[in-house]
Amino acid sequence: MKPRVADRIATGMLIGIAGFIMLILAGLIAYLLFRGLRHISWHFLTSPPQSIKRGGGIGPQLFNSLYLLVLTMIITIPLGVGAGIFMSQYAKVHPLTSFIRLVVEVLSSFPSIVIGLFGLLVFVDRFGLKYSLVSGALALTVFNLPLMVRVTEQALGGVPREQKEAGLALGLSRWKTIRSIMLPMAFPAIMTGTILAAGRVFGEAAALLFTAGVTTPKLDFTDWIPFHRASPLNPFRPAETLAVHIWKINSEGLAPDAPEIAAGASAVLILIVLLFNFGARWLGRAIYRKFTSTK
Amino acid sequence: MKLNSPARTDAAAEDRISRFPKHKREEWTGQAYVYACVVLLVVTIFSIVGFIASKGITPFASGALRVQDLLFGRVWSPEGEPPRFGALPMLAGSAYVSFLAAAIAAPLGFCSAVFMTQIAPGLGRSVLQPAIELLAGIPSVVYGFAGLSVIVPFLRDIMPGQGFGILAGSLVLSIMILPTVASIATDALNTLPAGLKEGSFALGATRWQTICRLMLPTTLPSLLTGVVLGISRAFGEALAVQMVIGNAPHVPSSLLQSAATLTSIITLEMGNSVGGSLHNNTLWSLALILLLLTLLFVFIVRLLERRARI
Repeated sequence: MKPRVADRIATGMLIGIAGFIMLILAGLIAYLLFRGLRHISWHFLTSPPQSIKRGGGIGPQLFNSLYLLVLTMIITIPLGVGAGIFMSQYAKVHPLTSFIRLVVEVLSSFPSIVIGLFGLLVFVDRFGLKYSLVSGALALTVFNLPLMVRVTEQALGGVPREQKEAGLALGLSRWKTIRSIMLPMAFPAIMTGTILAAGRVFGEAAALLFTAGVTTPKLDFTDWIPFHRASPLNPFRPAETLAVHIWKINSEGLAPDAPEIAAGASAVLILIVLLFNFGARWLGRAIYRKFTSTK
Repeated sequence: MKLNSPARTDAAAEDRISRFPKHKREEWTGQAYVYACVVLLVVTIFSIVGFIASKGITPFASGALRVQDLLFGRVWSPEGEPPRFGALPMLAGSAYVSFLAAAIAAPLGFCSAVFMTQIAPGLGRSVLQPAIELLAGIPSVVYGFAGLSVIVPFLRDIMPGQGFGILAGSLVLSIMILPTVASIATDALNTLPAGLKEGSFALGATRWQTICRLMLPTTLPSLLTGVVLGISRAFGEALAVQMVIGNAPHVPSSLLQSAATLTSIITLEMGNSVGGSLHNNTLWSLALILLLLTLLFVFIVRLLERRARI
């Protein structure tokens, strides 16, 4: 075969494969939305699930997912940003530093179910937190921390060197330079990364099976005092999230409309993840424009 | 009781300020904070390995189970009389789905990376890359649900069997690990020196010749890194696989047969077994095996990265 012909054929094949991947993605999302959107209604989004009857909703699960996300981020962001600052600013070239880098890499490659099991062993049993939102948030923090560290490190690495040097030359301490000059400049990148990480946390289920649990107690949505037992804000109650709920009704759902509920819940999950994805991009660009006043 | 004179306290305060001026105190608090974060990170990972290892070796330490029986035993019947704990079905299941998924995802990932960097960079960056990033963002339970409602019925219609099994699992996993493979391949192709490609074109090579005789060999270590990371992810993926694989703990003899993986058996049985029982402890041993495999994959990735740098 002539090389030119082979080149044509190969190019066609590569374009075909790229098109095929686009087709899979478009098909996947269209299918999930098409099947799911029909079941989404205000009632579906707000009412509690039914175990054996039709017409159950996903209200508590949706709330749990959002609340757990907030709790997780409250713990993750300070820790992740702190460790990221260390990695990009304070870590010298030293065997210990490359060891810490290895540790972060290993932590990011641990399967989420292993992290869930660790959470079961340590947070649930040893710390005595039982199956609760706090246990779940701590497990998700472990799961999410390496990503936050990487995001912060890359964001700080993108700050021009001159900015840092100017700060130091003015006699500011390193910490003051980082906090008052570099972090504000790195903020758009850190925020974009954080929102993307939040999307990942939102859909995570395996790490939560054994930490936040697969049940939700009866919640009283009129009681917003976190220390009350039936309050939705009580962080020490078990909480089944939306992703865990999808898994549970697919594997052991008894309601006659379980497939429809799963489809509706998947569509909600996808929509929220899409929202996070596009939101992160849009917000990152908007803030960048505002900070640098470029058009 | 002797009172301090005002002059002396002033001197002491001044001394304290000069020894601990504000900017130094600020620096120390800041450093203390970031060091605390890093120490916590390191402690966390060591306690993950430590806790899971100490729990996972109890069946062997107590003499209830031998390592070779777990690794090579073909029968998993924890409720049987006597109970038998052979993990070979799960090990084989995990290995089959992961390697098959990588075999599907690797060529697709490489081709899409070539498309994005060589054939249509504009279209690639504006359409295909966001699409692949989006694939990475879709939660695994949603993949499981899609697999359960599309791939399993489809396989049931066109092939013998129930549709659940290794093939369904690897198809779902291949879409899940495609972003990993594709993004690493894209990075590798982007960092290739432009001179290499131009030199090849100047010698009269066609684009396809350049791609398969120059780019593929040069970036091979990086591509393999992506594939190994993908396999590692596939090994650890729990719920999506568990939903479509059928969960029958037998060593599979066909791609269409129901099977089980390390993660699926842990997911299903951890909650249903009594804490402290041999069954429960053996599940922790499986978790330990999973952990050790992950460490092995990280090690391989580091070796490959060293190759890629040269």
